[in-house]
Amino acid sequence: MHKAQFQSPLYPYLLLLPQMAIVAIFFLWPSAEAVRSSFFLQDPFFGNETFVGIDNYTDAVTRSDYGRAAWFTFLFTVVVTFFSLGIALLLAVAADNVLRGQGPYKTLLMWVYAIAPPVAGLIGIMLFDQHIGPIVDFFALFGWDMRVGVDYWDSGIAMMIVATWKQIPVNFIFFLSGLQSIPKGVREAASIDNPSASGRFWTIIFPLLAPTSFFLMIINITYAFFETFGIVDVMLKGEPGNNPVTLVYKVFLDGFRGNDLGGSSAQSVILMVFVLALTIVQFRLIERRVHYT
Amino acid sequence: MTTLEIKQAVKRYPNGALAVKGVDVTVEDGELVVFVGPSGCGKSTLLRMVAGLESVTEGEIVLDGRLVNEVEPANRNIAMVFQNYALYPHMSVYKNLAYGLKNRGTPKAEIDAKVREAAKLLQIGDFLERKPSQLSGGQRQRVAMGRAIVRDPAIFLFDEPLSNLDAKLRNQMRLEIKRLQRRLGTAAIYVTHDQVEAMTLADRIVVLNNGEIEQIGTPAQVYGAPASTFVASFIGAPPMNLLKAQTGDGAIVIGESRIEAPVRANGPVTLGIRPERAHLANGSGGADGPPMKVDTVEELGAVRLIHGSVGGQHFTANQSADEPIPGDQVRLRLQADDLHLFDHGTGRRL
Repeated sequence: MHKAQFQSPLYPYLLLLPQMAIVAIFFLWPSAEAVRSSFFLQDPFFGNETFVGIDNYTDAVTRSDYGRAAWFTFLFTVVVTFFSLGIALLLAVAADNVLRGQGPYKTLLMWVYAIAPPVAGLIGIMLFDQHIGPIVDFFALFGWDMRVGVDYWDSGIAMMIVATWKQIPVNFIFFLSGLQSIPKGVREAASIDNPSASGRFWTIIFPLLAPTSFFLMIINITYAFFETFGIVDVMLKGEPGNNPVTLVYKVFLDGFRGNDLGGSSAQSVILMVFVLALTIVQFRLIERRVHYT
Repeated sequence: MTTLEIKQAVKRYPNGALAVKGVDVTVEDGELVVFVGPSGCGKSTLLRMVAGLESVTEGEIVLDGRLVNEVEPANRNIAMVFQNYALYPHMSVYKNLAYGLKNRGTPKAEIDAKVREAAKLLQIGDFLERKPSQLSGGQRQRVAMGRAIVRDPAIFLFDEPLSNLDAKLRNQMRLEIKRLQRRLGTAAIYVTHDQVEAMTLADRIVVLNNGEIEQIGTPAQVYGAPASTFVASFIGAPPMNLLKAQTGDGAIVIGESRIEAPVRANGPVTLGIRPERAHLANGSGGADGPPMKVDTVEELGAVRLIHGSVGGQHFTANQSADEPIPGDQVRLRLQADDLHLFDHGTGRRL
């Protein structure tokens, strides 16, 4: 039998305490507080609270701006996840095929990873600037008069491009290491069994990358949902006006700009439940079809 | 008929390293040719050039009368069995076997028939729905061979297929590969660094060293008349004894002893004697060969190995366990037919 090595039975709990404290203070307590305050109408100046039941929830989900933000967030997540995974996979396959100079090539592709989201947002503002932005100039060649910050969809598309660009390096690193962990013999056996390179990719390489892809998909959805806050905030210069916002950004706007803490709490609880559901669905349904070596 | 011709094949890597230095090999129909040599001798590279996994720098690879230098591996009509099996981990055994046929557009019914036939032949019929990760090493090896068989290729290419198996299974699979190849009547190249595998499997052995061919011949030829000291020391276990000796006046001189030379030679030579051809005579029992000082005796059951020195050089003799264990000093009884002479400088047979 394994015997406890600690002299005092309290000692292991003491060692666990810092971690537990962090979880409790930064996750459990705020979550509980959010759930609680979502049932109250809050006085923004720390005065009275009025219990309003589920009014905050019905209010939130029936308001048209919430629906608009939810729809945009959904689209934003799908587009960012799809393109950041797709482009990263394409680059990783290309990098994997490069025989010489692979080192510098990889480093250059990973560089973007080191950029903080707000900085990425700032670079985005510059690239999409009405007067000096090279991307705006580029799209103008095709007759698209892009007005980021003014037009709803132009802003949305700019945000998607910046968010995708920012996420590609992470996916690239994972895809490349996934590709390089596929045994050389398996690729060679496939090259004897299948004359088509694209056929080999879709029937051998891609299925073997499935564990990596599945993991990255979760990471990317979470990223698009929550971690793009900085990009959205900087690109909209904190003044969304008529521009699209993600649900997380809307929680912040309603709570701290609109001073509607109760409504904002209700929205964040909805997000929490959504993420919980998403996680369960992903693990239950998708994992079953993924082959893990 | 000739299945495969390798003509003056050269492999030079981008960094300038020469892995294969102009090699000529032919494989006749139904023949099993073994490439054997130490690691880095270019045997695997040569095999991979035949498979199309390595480009051919110079020379020609002609398969069934067709120059295949620039042909994709999948279009060469070859099948390869890899050292680490290289099965597709996400596919069942059945799909592993069917994959190549499917990509060639073989009708489903025909694929099914071929897969089942190969599975029966290899006794893997019960595992068809399993994933490779659920199989033992020996079973995986069979699946890898099944994948090669269903393709019905012009030639099988085996790249050290048994080196990941334990000793017992290796002997069993070796025999099975030989039976299978005979039964199918398909030409094959088998790469190994194990001289026992080479001797037991081969119709002809190609001994490679340093990117060049040392000798091509039947196992009996390679064993009985090694073309160089390299072949002599590589084929046969324990290896042939190689002694520095002097020649002159039709005799070989080792230390104080003189032996009649089988061929005419003058000056320094390397004398080769197979351990089992060095008969020992206790004391002076009629033998007139050079004396041997014995230091260690190894019992192997049916035979025993006698280690010691002749003329100050290491020497191993092999005697039947029925014979008496020799004392510290014995004399060798040698026959002229059993002496191999090699050039002192080049190591080539004289």
